[in-house]
Amino acid sequence: MSLLKEPDLGTPAKAGPATVSLEVDGLPVTVPEGTSILRAAALSGVDIPKLCATDSLEPFGSCRLCLVEIDGRRGTPASCTTPVTEGMQVHTQTPRLEKLRQGVMELYISDHPLDCLTCSANGDCELQDMSGAVGLRQVRYGYEGENHLQQEKDTSNPYFDFDPSKCIACSRCVRACDEVQGTFALTIEGRGFESKVAAGAGELFMDSECVSCGACVQACPTATLEEKSVVDLGMPSRSVLTTCAYCGVGCSFKAELRGDELVRMVPYKDGGANEGHSCVKGRFAFGYATHPDRRLNPMIRETIDDEWREVDWDTAIGYVAEKMREVQARHGIGAIGGITSSRCTNEEVYVVQKMVRAAFGNNNVDTCARVCHSPTGYGLKQTFGTSAGTQDFRSVAKSDVIVVIGANPTDGHPVFASRMKRRLREGAKLIVIDPRRIDLVRTPHIEAAHHLQLAPGTNVAVVNAFAHVAVTEGLVDRSFVDERCEEFEEWASFIALPENSPEATEEITGVPAAELRAAARLYATGGNSAIYYGLGVTEHSQGSTMVMGMANLAMATGNIGREGVGVNPLRGQNNVQGSCDMGSFPHELSGYRHISDDAVRTVFEDLWGRELLAEPGLRIPNMFDAAIDGSFRALFVQGEDIAQSDPNTRHVTAALRAMDLVVVQDLFLNETAKFAHVFLPGTSFLEKDGTFTNAERRINRVRPVMAPKTGKHEWEIVCEIAQAMGYPMRYTHPREIMAEIAALTPTFAGVSFEKLDRLGSVQWPCNDKAPEGTPIMHVDGFVRGKGRFVPTPFVPTRERSTRRFPLILTTGRILTQYNVGAQTRRTANVAWHHEDVLEIHPHDAEVRGIGDGDEVTLSSRVGETSLHARLSDRMPVGVVYTTFHFPVTGANVVTTENSDWATNCPEYKVTAVQVGLKTSGTAVEHAERAIPALAD
Amino acid sequence: MSTESPQIRLANEIAAQFHHRPPDEAAAAIAAHIRQFWDPRMRADLEHQLATAPGAFDPLALAAARLLTAASNSAS
Repeated sequence: MSLLKEPDLGTPAKAGPATVSLEVDGLPVTVPEGTSILRAAALSGVDIPKLCATDSLEPFGSCRLCLVEIDGRRGTPASCTTPVTEGMQVHTQTPRLEKLRQGVMELYISDHPLDCLTCSANGDCELQDMSGAVGLRQVRYGYEGENHLQQEKDTSNPYFDFDPSKCIACSRCVRACDEVQGTFALTIEGRGFESKVAAGAGELFMDSECVSCGACVQACPTATLEEKSVVDLGMPSRSVLTTCAYCGVGCSFKAELRGDELVRMVPYKDGGANEGHSCVKGRFAFGYATHPDRRLNPMIRETIDDEWREVDWDTAIGYVAEKMREVQARHGIGAIGGITSSRCTNEEVYVVQKMVRAAFGNNNVDTCARVCHSPTGYGLKQTFGTSAGTQDFRSVAKSDVIVVIGANPTDGHPVFASRMKRRLREGAKLIVIDPRRIDLVRTPHIEAAHHLQLAPGTNVAVVNAFAHVAVTEGLVDRSFVDERCEEFEEWASFIALPENSPEATEEITGVPAAELRAAARLYATGGNSAIYYGLGVTEHSQGSTMVMGMANLAMATGNIGREGVGVNPLRGQNNVQGSCDMGSFPHELSGYRHISDDAVRTVFEDLWGRELLAEPGLRIPNMFDAAIDGSFRALFVQGEDIAQSDPNTRHVTAALRAMDLVVVQDLFLNETAKFAHVFLPGTSFLEKDGTFTNAERRINRVRPVMAPKTGKHEWEIVCEIAQAMGYPMRYTHPREIMAEIAALTPTFAGVSFEKLDRLGSVQWPCNDKAPEGTPIMHVDGFVRGKGRFVPTPFVPTRERSTRRFPLILTTGRILTQYNVGAQTRRTANVAWHHEDVLEIHPHDAEVRGIGDGDEVTLSSRVGETSLHARLSDRMPVGVVYTTFHFPVTGANVVTTENSDWATNCPEYKVTAVQVGLKTSGTAVEHAERAIPALAD
Repeated sequence: MSTESPQIRLANEIAAQFHHRPPDEAAAAIAAHIRQFWDPRMRADLEHQLATAPGAFDPLALAAARLLTAASNSAS
């Protein structure tokens, strides 16, 4: 439910060119064939009373309120389940219908507590609304008979309550869990009068399979399923449309407030990315924004051993500028740099890279995408011509074969996963390529046709084998290749080599050749085939090669340039795409144009009034190396916790300790702030004003729900630092920053705040050729002209299991936590996941004497940490898995300096480790203790 | 921790991806990649390593480093 309602047309829209004309209460209306009478009536302006119907769910026909009369037909059919027919004459208000509806409502109300005045849903209750709509004036049946009013409330979920005494058994919650979320955690148990909603097998919500996406709460027409925050704070009174700050799906939400207090986040039905759906993070985990850990005042200290000292903004900004200039005076202009954040808006990111290039006078700017999707940037640019996913999210509804490689959408991108699961339930085939048996492999009503459980680090061998099958079995789309691509023959000769065959690669990958051949044939011949991938592709020593390998495969089979196909990165953070688009990489200006391009650079120099260096700057790992060698001495870090998220923590912290000045701009004193000299408090997404760009290139507005709690917007702080360093950088509003981005960036040329407010969102490229954006790329031609095939020889990682470190560690995320956990650890989401655990195969555990729940040490050649073991056969023998959400575990203490050859993206996914039962004599208790204080 | 120069390690990792190509072509491609993505101080260090630790280089990385050195010498 949502107080601030969007139109609900009762049943979902039907697509198709054929239309049907009818009259509803004498009003003519024409609708697509297959539309329900209920929806047609709503479109004609006639609201038929309803309770079990809502336009996000298929019609159910149980409440019997939406009855209508139709000329020439007997009875009073339910308008939600009755499709329109040509010339139909429908009547929605007749004495007969009025009597029937009042009778139905009378029965509902006779088993419903009459506590409207004190009910937390008062004013936001469809049952209440419908009582009024049908003109109910009396209830003849008292409460003396059997009823449900004494049913016990389930308050186990930290975010919402389930009060069965208020349930009308309309099944909207059950259907939302099935149809929208696809978890099937709810059911109606019992029959007749005993019918009631149950989570799982009659368990508490918290003990059931419920993933707390909120779809049931959203669907509930009464106070049965309701947010605890509404119960506690009361009904919200105003709403601000904004964008979630968690993953790269970029869901649109209505932030609903009571006064200045945020009561709840309600997914927005017209949100292009989510279309009314949400997950446990975006829907509920916003409490971090007001968590007492937040620092709201700037702080400085001379050394990292000193206590923090709160100062005013002018002092802090002046201090940063003075110290930056001092470092440059002593160590050269290239001795300082900055890192932009994928959790900040496009406008905030843009001003940081501008500050570095124009005020710092170098190109030492990088972004946290360095450690996640930089190989996507390299690989897709080499093959397709630009760094972006090819499809919009809606496209998956047209896919016949879905390949998920190195991604775990139900945990990492849950709202998109729900779209994907819907299509899979409709019959699309699924291929999962992952060392770990992710939930998607077998989930209610879905089973992967193939799960290729490859050895970590062998992605390229697998994708080459796929392409080998396509080329050698005559499955190439020759007309697509001949018309749209180049350099095919050289690539085809390479890929047809016997060393790339499934039989030859089986020994390397562990994937049975016959199964790989079957999967490859399915991909090449199954209709529309789409690839979705995540960090299990990019965070490898051949991350960029793998991206090119997938692009090769898609081009060879003609799976590019239309709905249902494509190569699609699932971006980890909300604005990874945007932060890359904004020119955050040291070699590229906004729009992915190389800094050495004189013509491009001149455009920027003319507008910015500064000469720019033509040479690329340092990438994040290079900054760390240069800090240790003494040539890089000062760093501005915007909203990224590099001391926790980047690999080889010992190396990172040694680099941070070696610097003269570390400036952290963040919500919290994070792990990196332990090594900082200046802390500049940042703003949460509820205070930001700007735009995020999601994984489908969709630019969404982020609107402020409240004023900055720190007194300044982050972009203002950055501009003031630039000005204090002698470079004028002035804007009065972020819309002016976007106007500058549009003026400098061809793919953003048509973007403005005004257009975003008018259209809701646009997907870049947005320019004269595509004024309302581009949902699907490379339709008539590739961005680079012809798609380019690039040979992708498999080169094994140099990270190998050894006698000392015999296991391979790979890492990932869990649904309820997010990245380094800075946000989600400060919410009730810890109820589901309060520590990182090590998943280990029972065989590997047994030979080490490890039992489920035991505390174990996890060590690699660079570090050691400890955590609890969870015995699981999700991983094959020889492979262990953990998440990296908690600093106390510090999974990155053990990850190494290995990285993608092209981009330096760390190889998080392959680390040789040993696991042992922690004994009382084991020295290491927590990750922090494993980090030596001295530089390497 | 490895005592290997980060630049040699990175150059060798790039070179490993180009062994399928003819040596001259591979060396040129590796040099172009380094020119396109490396900060000048990293390239300078690579040239320094070329002079002091040539034995640590993959042969293709070595050839690429020589191309980069020749180019910077001719530019200066």
